Amino acid sequence: MKDAEAAVSTVGLTRDFGSFRAVDGVNLDIPRGAIFGFLGPNGSGKTTTIRMLCGLLRPSSGSGRVVGCDIAREGEAIRRRIGYMSQKFSLYDDLTVAENLTFYAGMYGLANAKRRERVDAMIALADLRGRERTLTGALAGGVRQRLALACAIVHEPEMIFLDEPTSGVDPAARRRFWETIADLADGGATIMASTHFMDEAEHCTSLGLMYAGKMLISGSPDALKRELTVAAGKIWQARVPDSIGFLDRIRAFVSGGILDAYIFGASVRVLACGARLPADVAGAAAWEEREPTLEDVFVHHVRSSAGMEGQRCDA
Amino acid sequence: MISVRDAHKFYGNVRALGGVSFDVERGSVFGVVGPDGAGKTTLLRMIVGVLSPSSGTVDARVGGDGSDSKRRIGYVAGRFSLYEDLSILENLALFSRLYGMDAARAASRSRELLELTGLLPFGDRLAGRLSGGMKQKLAIAAAVLHEPELLVLDEPGTGVDPVSRRDIWSVLYRLNRGGVTIVVSTPYMDEAELCTRLVFLHKGRVLESGTPDEICDRFPHRILRVRTDVPETRRRLADFPSLSVSSFGRTVRVVVDGADADALPRLREHLARAGIAADVDAVRPTLEDVFVLAAESGRDVA
Repeated sequence: MKDAEAAVSTVGLTRDFGSFRAVDGVNLDIPRGAIFGFLGPNGSGKTTTIRMLCGLLRPSSGSGRVVGCDIAREGEAIRRRIGYMSQKFSLYDDLTVAENLTFYAGMYGLANAKRRERVDAMIALADLRGRERTLTGALAGGVRQRLALACAIVHEPEMIFLDEPTSGVDPAARRRFWETIADLADGGATIMASTHFMDEAEHCTSLGLMYAGKMLISGSPDALKRELTVAAGKIWQARVPDSIGFLDRIRAFVSGGILDAYIFGASVRVLACGARLPADVAGAAAWEEREPTLEDVFVHHVRSSAGMEGQRCDA
Repeated sequence: MISVRDAHKFYGNVRALGGVSFDVERGSVFGVVGPDGAGKTTLLRMIVGVLSPSSGTVDARVGGDGSDSKRRIGYVAGRFSLYEDLSILENLALFSRLYGMDAARAASRSRELLELTGLLPFGDRLAGRLSGGMKQKLAIAAAVLHEPELLVLDEPGTGVDPVSRRDIWSVLYRLNRGGVTIVVSTPYMDEAELCTRLVFLHKGRVLESGTPDEICDRFPHRILRVRTDVPETRRRLADFPSLSVSSFGRTVRVVVDGADADALPRLREHLARAGIAADVDAVRPTLEDVFVLAAESGRDVA
C-alpha cells in the first residue's frame, strides 16, 4: 500500500567523496505529513543527504526511497514529485507575480486548464489576490517568501524541501508561513526543512541532528528536550552581578557535574548532571530550573560527539 | 554613550528609517533586532559614523571630542570583509598597521585576542579556509585590535550554527566585561534574548524597547501552551475563543485576553470534549510573542 509507505526511508545511506565520508550510514524514517527539521552545522552532511534524497547524487552505499521511488534509480520521478525552496528565493524580479507562477507551472509541465487552476490556487495560498500584476521585485520580504513557496509547490508536490525558509523574515510573517506549512502537512504533504535556526526548528514535528556525516539524534522537539533532561541533566538559570566572573569561578571550583555554562543576557545558565546542582554551585546563586531550549540540546550533542571535555556525567 | 534622536534616512524615495530615537548606555550589550529591510544596517552605519541621517541626529560619544573618535569604534560588517588569501596572523598584522599600532603592542594584542577567540592554534591558516564561525571570530578580533570603546556588529550570528554562535556570544560578553560597549543587530529572537537592552525595529521604526524582561512583562495577554501528539489539535482549536492560535510542530500556543482568568480550565475542557489528550499550561510570553503582536498592531513606541 503506497499511502502507508513512509515519505522518506533510508538504510545505511552513505556517500564518500574520495577518502572523505560526507554521509555515514544515515537511517531515516519520515512518515507522510511530518514536518521534519534537519539540523546540523555547515559541512555536517545535510546538503549531501538532501541531494541524494532528491536523486541528484548517487549514494556510495546504502539505499533509500522518497515518495515511493528509489533514490538511486528513479531520480527523474522523484524530482517531478518534490518541491524545493531555498532561502535565496529563485524568483524573477522583472516578472509579475502571476508570470513567476506561470513560469514555474510551465517548467513542471502543467498545461492549459490545469496550469490556470494551479496558478490561481497558489495566488490564493500566498494571499496575493489583487496583486497578480505587481512586479516581483517590488514585493516586501515576507510577501516574496510566500510567493517563493507558492512557486515551489505549484505542481502539488508530495514532498517539499525547505532551506532556512524564514531566515530574516519578520516574526509575524514567519508565523504565518509556518501556519501555511502546517496546513500543507495536514493535507498530506511531507516537509523537510534544513536550518540552523532553533526558532525554525520549533515549528517542526520531528527533528534530526546531523554531525560529521552521522545522524546523532532524532525525535520531536519536546522529546529531545526531555531526553536531554534524562540523559544529561537539567538547565538552571540565575541572575548574578558579574556573570563572566561567576562562570569562571564555577568552572574553577567544580570538579565535575556541570556540562555547559553560558551567559544568557543578564543571567547565567548551566546544564548540570542529574536532578540537582552540585552543592557548591547550588549555594552560589538563586537558581531556577528552566526548560532546555533546542539550542541546549544541539550544543550538548555536538560537543559530546566532538569529544569535547566535560561533556559526560559519570555516575 | 550613543544617542539617537528622531533619525530619518531616505534613499531616494525609499524611507529606510522613519524617526528612530533611543539611547545606548556605556557597558551595554545592546540589540538592534528586526527582520531584513527593517533599517538595522542603516542604523548601525550611522552609529559607526559612515552614514549621516537625512534628518535627526545620531551621536556616538567615544574617546572624548575630536576627530579621532571613529578610531575608538570597531565595526564588524554583515559580510566577511577580511582578506581570504591572507592568514589569520597576516590579517591581524595588516589591521594593526592600518590602526597605526606599534609592532610589539600589535603582537601582544593579537595573541591575547586569538586566545580569547580560540583561534590561537590556527594563526597560519588562510582566512578563506576558515569555517563561518571562525571567520566571524577573526573579524571580531580585527575589529577590536585597537581596543575600541564601542564594538558594532551587523548580524554576527547569521549563517552560523548554534555551537559557533554560542562561542561568538561568549567572546562578545568577555569583551563587554573588559569595558567594551556592544551594539549588535540580529533578526533572531533567541539572540535578542541575549542582549541586556534592545530595540525592535520594523519598517524603519522602533516598535518596542527595553530589557528582554521588561518587554515580555509588558505583553498584555496570556499564553496557553498545548502539548500533544494529536496532529489535528490545531484545527480543533479553531473554534476556541482566543486572540490567536499558532502551531509550533505539535505544540500549539493559544493567546487569550490577560483578564480572562479561567481560560486555562476552559481550554482543558474544550480539548477533553474533543477527545484530545494534551498537556496544557500557561507560559511566559517570548520576545517573539511580543513582536508578533507589535508588528500586527503596527503601534510605535517613542
